[in-house]
Amino acid sequence: MIRFFKKKRYPEFWSTHIEKVQNSQKYANFEDIRFVALDTETTGFDYENDRILCIGAVAIKNNKILVSDSFEIYIKQAIFNKETVKIHGIRKDGNEIKLSEEEAIIKFIDYLDDAVIVAHHTAFDVTMINQALNRLNVGPLESKQLDTNYIHKKIAKTDTYKKIFSLEELCEIYNVKMHDRHTALGDALITAYLFLKQTAKYKKNNALNLFDLINTNYHLPK
Amino acid sequence: MKNTISERIFDFLKNYPPFNLISNETLLEISQNVEIQYFEKDQIIFSQNDNPHEHFYIIYQGSVRLYRFVENEKLMLDICDEGDLFGLRPLIMKESYVMGASANEETIVYGIPIALFHDIILNYPKVSQFLIASFATNTREPFSEKHKGKLFANVSAIQKIEHGFSEIQSANYNKNPISCSPDTTVQTACIIMTKNIINSIIITENDIPIGIITDKDIKTKIGTGLYKITHKVSEIMTSPVVTFHQNISVAEAQIKLLKHKVSHLCITKDGTNKTELVGILTQQDLILTQGNSPSLLIKEIKNAKDAETLKHIRTKASELTKGYLEQEIPIYFVTKVISEINTAITKKAIRLSVSEIGKEPPAKFSWLALGSQGRKEQLLMTDQDNALVFENVAPAEYNQVKNYFLQLSEKVTEKLHIVGFDYCPANIMASNPKWCISLEEWEQQFEEWITDPIPEKILLSIIFFDFELVYGDESLYNKMAKSVFKTIDKNQIFLSFLGKVTLDNPPPLGFFKQFLVEDNGENKDSFDIKSRAIRPLVDGARILSLHHNIRVNNTIARYEKLMEIEPQNRDLFESCANAFKILLQFRTSQGLANNDNGKFVDINNLNKADRLKLKSCFKPIKNVQEAIKLRFKTSQIPQI
Repeated sequence: MIRFFKKKRYPEFWSTHIEKVQNSQKYANFEDIRFVALDTETTGFDYENDRILCIGAVAIKNNKILVSDSFEIYIKQAIFNKETVKIHGIRKDGNEIKLSEEEAIIKFIDYLDDAVIVAHHTAFDVTMINQALNRLNVGPLESKQLDTNYIHKKIAKTDTYKKIFSLEELCEIYNVKMHDRHTALGDALITAYLFLKQTAKYKKNNALNLFDLINTNYHLPK
Repeated sequence: MKNTISERIFDFLKNYPPFNLISNETLLEISQNVEIQYFEKDQIIFSQNDNPHEHFYIIYQGSVRLYRFVENEKLMLDICDEGDLFGLRPLIMKESYVMGASANEETIVYGIPIALFHDIILNYPKVSQFLIASFATNTREPFSEKHKGKLFANVSAIQKIEHGFSEIQSANYNKNPISCSPDTTVQTACIIMTKNIINSIIITENDIPIGIITDKDIKTKIGTGLYKITHKVSEIMTSPVVTFHQNISVAEAQIKLLKHKVSHLCITKDGTNKTELVGILTQQDLILTQGNSPSLLIKEIKNAKDAETLKHIRTKASELTKGYLEQEIPIYFVTKVISEINTAITKKAIRLSVSEIGKEPPAKFSWLALGSQGRKEQLLMTDQDNALVFENVAPAEYNQVKNYFLQLSEKVTEKLHIVGFDYCPANIMASNPKWCISLEEWEQQFEEWITDPIPEKILLSIIFFDFELVYGDESLYNKMAKSVFKTIDKNQIFLSFLGKVTLDNPPPLGFFKQFLVEDNGENKDSFDIKSRAIRPLVDGARILSLHHNIRVNNTIARYEKLMEIEPQNRDLFESCANAFKILLQFRTSQGLANNDNGKFVDINNLNKADRLKLKSCFKPIKNVQEAIKLRFKTSQIPQI
């Protein structure tokens, strides 16, 4: 009960997150922005009952993917869904070093810093993270967000009516090799490649600035 | 942090030099610090004169072209593809780029932090060897050719670290040569030599070297009483001297010494014997830099008493080849050295056989190497292909003369067999009465092949058109060559037939999609690199050389000559020469790895980089075949 009252103030990691995103000076100049391409592997697709198994992320800055600035973390599971193991290969008692959900999320928020999130079907990954934050009584993420699916729709010349492109379809369209599919960091890297190729294309018809890019995405927080 | 991405980068890098030479731990550290960059087609990665980046680059996907502007004219230097390094310059000196790089197609490159690499150069001599070799082998770049000296001067800091990689190092020579005038007496000269503890003295006139006296001259000319110590040095000196210019590399020195069979080279101001003497380079100087050197092997061959010893020396030569290939020494140099060794072995085998018979040859003769040995492209132990020509003799003597040479040839081929050169399965050897004939008979034989080109005969005869003198009388060989060219000149249709046969080996352009591999027998799933890739290039060079009366046999030398004769097709011939070098290197390293003749390459054992490397060789093959098809109108020749 005492803890409950003390919760009035945000834990340090969360107040740092809010402060960093709100005070960032980097967003105006595209070359200065740190983007973080991210992907999560989860036990399933139910926001309420499923959990994050793994978060993989890699930073992009000034059109370069910085391998030294990458992130990969596995989370201990209370809930376990046998069916998805077939897809992502993360077993309940696999060899990976696993952290508790709280430790993992705090580490991730710390890594995220003031970066702009780039993902494929961003809403899903971000909601899963927000659910985890919610369990820590904080959230949702303040970070600015982009979605490779929506950036593609903005620059696509064919199939523009199509609402959703899968990661595989985009890889086909942008000629990105699919290595390490269904590992969080592998998919994050694929997303990063897509983002580099998309921004190169986008630049040709549009001035490249963050706010226009964010506007490609009509249902993520602006 | 070790993770999925850095592991993948690690897996990629470790396939390519110099990263395959680095410990896993260090390579992982590099992998964790890579920057991945994407470039659209034609996007510039860096421009000439740009400030150096903090990274150098390896191509992960796509290709990058390197170019340079000279007086506003854009020169294409190279196209690099998957696994190639570029932008190395800042690694060696803090200077702006001397060439520009841009994406030739959609390209992904890995940027490797130079800061991390400085320590690696210091700790891994082999890495610095590779980097130096990369500079050295880039001869197809007009730029590096011209500025070679400069590039080397700048990498000297790296060179100091490792003395093992000596072939392209500048050779050390004595820059204070001791000399005397032509009218010095032998005695005075010997006193000077003794005082200075040297084994040779150069005779100069106005500082220009005109002759040399070595310990050997004192032994053979003075010691034997032929001359007296009161004679003038000019009477016993060896003249003229073999000269070379000041920027001599170990490799060049070696070839020069081997070629002229001398132990001393005079270094002069401009490399000719018309300018001032600036130094003297002895075989000893080279041995000091070298250790296990080709010159030593040649010496051992000279002293060998039997075929078993020759075999032992040839095995050592194989190890030398292996070492050269590991160090990425230019293949042209390797083939030259190995050919010299093979030639020396054959000569020795002939000398040993003559003394075994106990009778001097009854007539002048030439021992001829055919096929790859004739083209000086033999790096591995392959079959022996040889022939013998003897001078025309009176009919009454013919049988006796021929029997002598058949007996000799049998002994020689036996010895070569012991050394490791297998008998030719088609029996194209001097021990075959058909190929041990007089000059007259050879001329008739060639005329028959040329004027009456029956397909089966062409296939058989091709190998004879690459004949090279190994031992014996040079004039016989020259006469034979002359008559062949003369006959071809009169019968150009022969070239069309030859072209037709040449085109029967189409290049395997579908290498990736359908793997043009052999479908039966022991070599199932293998790629016949000899027939499908090397032979078409050899054939192409041969027919064009016969057409132009070019009297060289070596395929690379032929293409180089063709570049001169047909400047309009320079690019084509240059690409053929480069492809040939790559293929030869490939075949040799495969052969050494599998301990066979390297004819077949196991497709499944090739990594991606090697496949790409092979694939890049197929286009020149196709191009040169197209050219032959058009030029020699092979379509008018009935189907063979």
